[in-house]
Amino acid sequence: MSHARPRSAPRRTVAAVAAASALLVAMSACSTPSGGDPAEAAPGVTDDTVTIGTHQPLTGPAAAGYSSISAATTAYFAYLNENGGVNGRTIEYLVKDDGYNPANTQTVVRELVQDDEVFAILNGLGTPTHTSVLDYLNQNEVPDLFVASGSTNWNQPEKYPWTFGFNADYVTEAEALAQYADDEFAGKSVCVLGQDDDFGDEFIEGLENVLGEGSLASVQRYSVSNQDVVAQIGAMQAAGCEVNMLATVNGFTALAIGTAAKLGYQAQWMSSSSGGDAVTLAGFLGDAAPLLLEGFVTTNYLPYAPGNEWDDLFRQINDEYNDGAPFDGNTVFGMSVGYLFAEALAKAGDTPTRQGIVDAIQSGDLVGNGLVPLAFGADSHAAYKGVSITTVADGVQDFIGVTYVSDGSGGVEPYDGEAVPLENDGVPTS
Amino acid sequence: MSAGTQAPLSAGPLTTSIRAGERGGARSRRPTPRLLVTALVLTVVAIGATFLLDPYRNYQFALIAATFCATAGLTLLIGLTGQLSLGHAALMAAGGYGYALTANALTEAGIDGVPRFVLSLAGAVAASGLLGLLLGLAAARLKGPYLSGVTLVLVIALPAFTAVFSGVLRGDQGVQIAYDGVPELLRTIIAVEQWQAWVAILVAAVFVTWLAALRNGSAGLRMRAVRDDETAARLQGVRAGRVKVLAFTASSITAGAGGAVLCFVTQSVSPGAYTLAFSLLLVVAVVIGGLGSLLGAFLGSIVIVMLPWLIQTATGALDLSADAAQRLTGNLPVLVFGVLLIVVTAAWPGGIRGALPKRPRRGATSAPTEEPSTTSAAAPIPTTTER
Repeated sequence: MSHARPRSAPRRTVAAVAAASALLVAMSACSTPSGGDPAEAAPGVTDDTVTIGTHQPLTGPAAAGYSSISAATTAYFAYLNENGGVNGRTIEYLVKDDGYNPANTQTVVRELVQDDEVFAILNGLGTPTHTSVLDYLNQNEVPDLFVASGSTNWNQPEKYPWTFGFNADYVTEAEALAQYADDEFAGKSVCVLGQDDDFGDEFIEGLENVLGEGSLASVQRYSVSNQDVVAQIGAMQAAGCEVNMLATVNGFTALAIGTAAKLGYQAQWMSSSSGGDAVTLAGFLGDAAPLLLEGFVTTNYLPYAPGNEWDDLFRQINDEYNDGAPFDGNTVFGMSVGYLFAEALAKAGDTPTRQGIVDAIQSGDLVGNGLVPLAFGADSHAAYKGVSITTVADGVQDFIGVTYVSDGSGGVEPYDGEAVPLENDGVPTS
Repeated sequence: MSAGTQAPLSAGPLTTSIRAGERGGARSRRPTPRLLVTALVLTVVAIGATFLLDPYRNYQFALIAATFCATAGLTLLIGLTGQLSLGHAALMAAGGYGYALTANALTEAGIDGVPRFVLSLAGAVAASGLLGLLLGLAAARLKGPYLSGVTLVLVIALPAFTAVFSGVLRGDQGVQIAYDGVPELLRTIIAVEQWQAWVAILVAAVFVTWLAALRNGSAGLRMRAVRDDETAARLQGVRAGRVKVLAFTASSITAGAGGAVLCFVTQSVSPGAYTLAFSLLLVVAVVIGGLGSLLGAFLGSIVIVMLPWLIQTATGALDLSADAAQRLTGNLPVLVFGVLLIVVTAAWPGGIRGALPKRPRRGATSAPTEEPSTTSAAAPIPTTTER
């Protein structure tokens, strides 16, 4: 036996090397990057469809607060497709679950781009999650549209020419909330609980822009992977905080308010719009919700208000195309995203290309459906310029007519312009 | 479990240690160049295979190669020394953070390209090696479930650890690093995913070859001696504690290299990538593949990378309601892994490796001695606990 080895091994080796070399030569064309023929249709675009994709937390710590967004967007696209789509093309929306885990986001986004060959990524949700694919999407020149996060990272046209935000940015939002707190609750001690990432960092930056550096009585952080904020809330209580700002996702807004209630600690809660949807929070808080949420302050920049014409249309679409799922701020958010994408696609012309849709957004012609204007332009990839304050009164979350936009120098100024009116039943035309 | 392990307990040590002696003897006579030639051929074949794959498949291939680094180390650790580590994901994370932090420091210093990669990889190896050494020192004093417990704590503590030191480790968001593109020379020939797969394959090749050399050499022989009967090994002058620490450190280093590759491929490292579930999957991979077998570790890596994706693709093809599909995506892979583990251990106690046709050179004569070896390798934990 030991004699057989040395003789057979080289022969096998030679055969294997020969086979491998043959493979190398024969197949070298298989994964070679293509030159990019301009006449060729853009990936994901056919004569009658446009396929786009997204990463959303359908499971995991953020699921309960946000999984309804992509369902709402899908419902809006179903409505749009039934009304002729955009320039004769229907929109196919592929939703992948990333569990609000950056590691999963990287996998599902690669799958969408390389395997499903989507035209664009729309409304990828989350600051930590989307940050992890920002470089990848821009390296591959995939339009990365209307990210569901208010991080200012998305607004870097030089560094990330393919990425555009959707939310009003966290800095502006925090500035608006701080300004409102300064006006309404003057002299009270203000504290903050922030997520342990760019979301929290930028929110705190905005608060300090208005209230002054070091003016926050207590700055607490939490991480999404740890579902316990007793230590943080206890510290806020001990510090005598009266107005508590929250840079939290929905689940943690509810957790913070619920934990404070258990500790017998009463305070004025003010939250980022990202974690401030009262209907969603009520779902978390259960029977105690009406009591705990009364007076809760947050912001919004989308027409989520009883009696608003957009709100009415979206409720109708929700009933018809979304099996009448509970209607909340997330539903309006999801449908507004769908509307803005449809508007951009319509503006991109009859043969949409990846560069074409980016140019259309950068043209500054998009209006969206917000309460404040969009900031999109050649040197701005930020979406809504400001926010409007909402409060919960008698269990109903509604605007109070106080709206701020960024003054561009670390503060906000009141805004009294008109909201965007509903046109053509919410079906954009080019 | 106990019924199955009683027989080898009485008969195993004797036969296996003799066998180990034979094999080790035969192996040490086998010249190292042969190992290198085999490694080179397999690497060339793997790199050739990347030309057959589309970009997403190449990305998955890179993930498999990175996972293989970790499972190769783990399979030798469990198979050769009987130390069960449930925390290898944390060791991968140590490598990933070591890589990312070194890479960011180097980027700031203006270093990029190959020097940055090599130095960052060294950083990864240093971080995971150091952690592995510390753990190994504890491991040499602990046995069975106690050791598993310590390693388990490590992986559970990871998110809290990154949150506490979020100034450096950036909490749940993790650390992002600069992008390494395809080198100028190859840019017209290969896509970036294929380039990343190449790097992953090369790193895996280097580290796994090192492990194989370690296993085939005298260190491997000592490890088997310690696994089979620690007292007997000590009587023969083998320093059991030192052998165990060495095994644990070597295994950590390769896990760290795997973490570094993952960080290189995805340009980031975050605690969410190294969950308890992933850590246990690494153990599943080596058990399914066949404990102690490098080929088994590779097959196991393929299974744990590809199976969740296959299941997701399959459920996506079914016309399920959104709600049902959503519930299935998270849970079905876990269920399938459980079933697979039971089926594989029931049908082939030696793992998939044991089910593959034997290489012709083993011949009929080696079959009887093969049996106790696989059985005892498949159940090394009770052997060590009860002594």
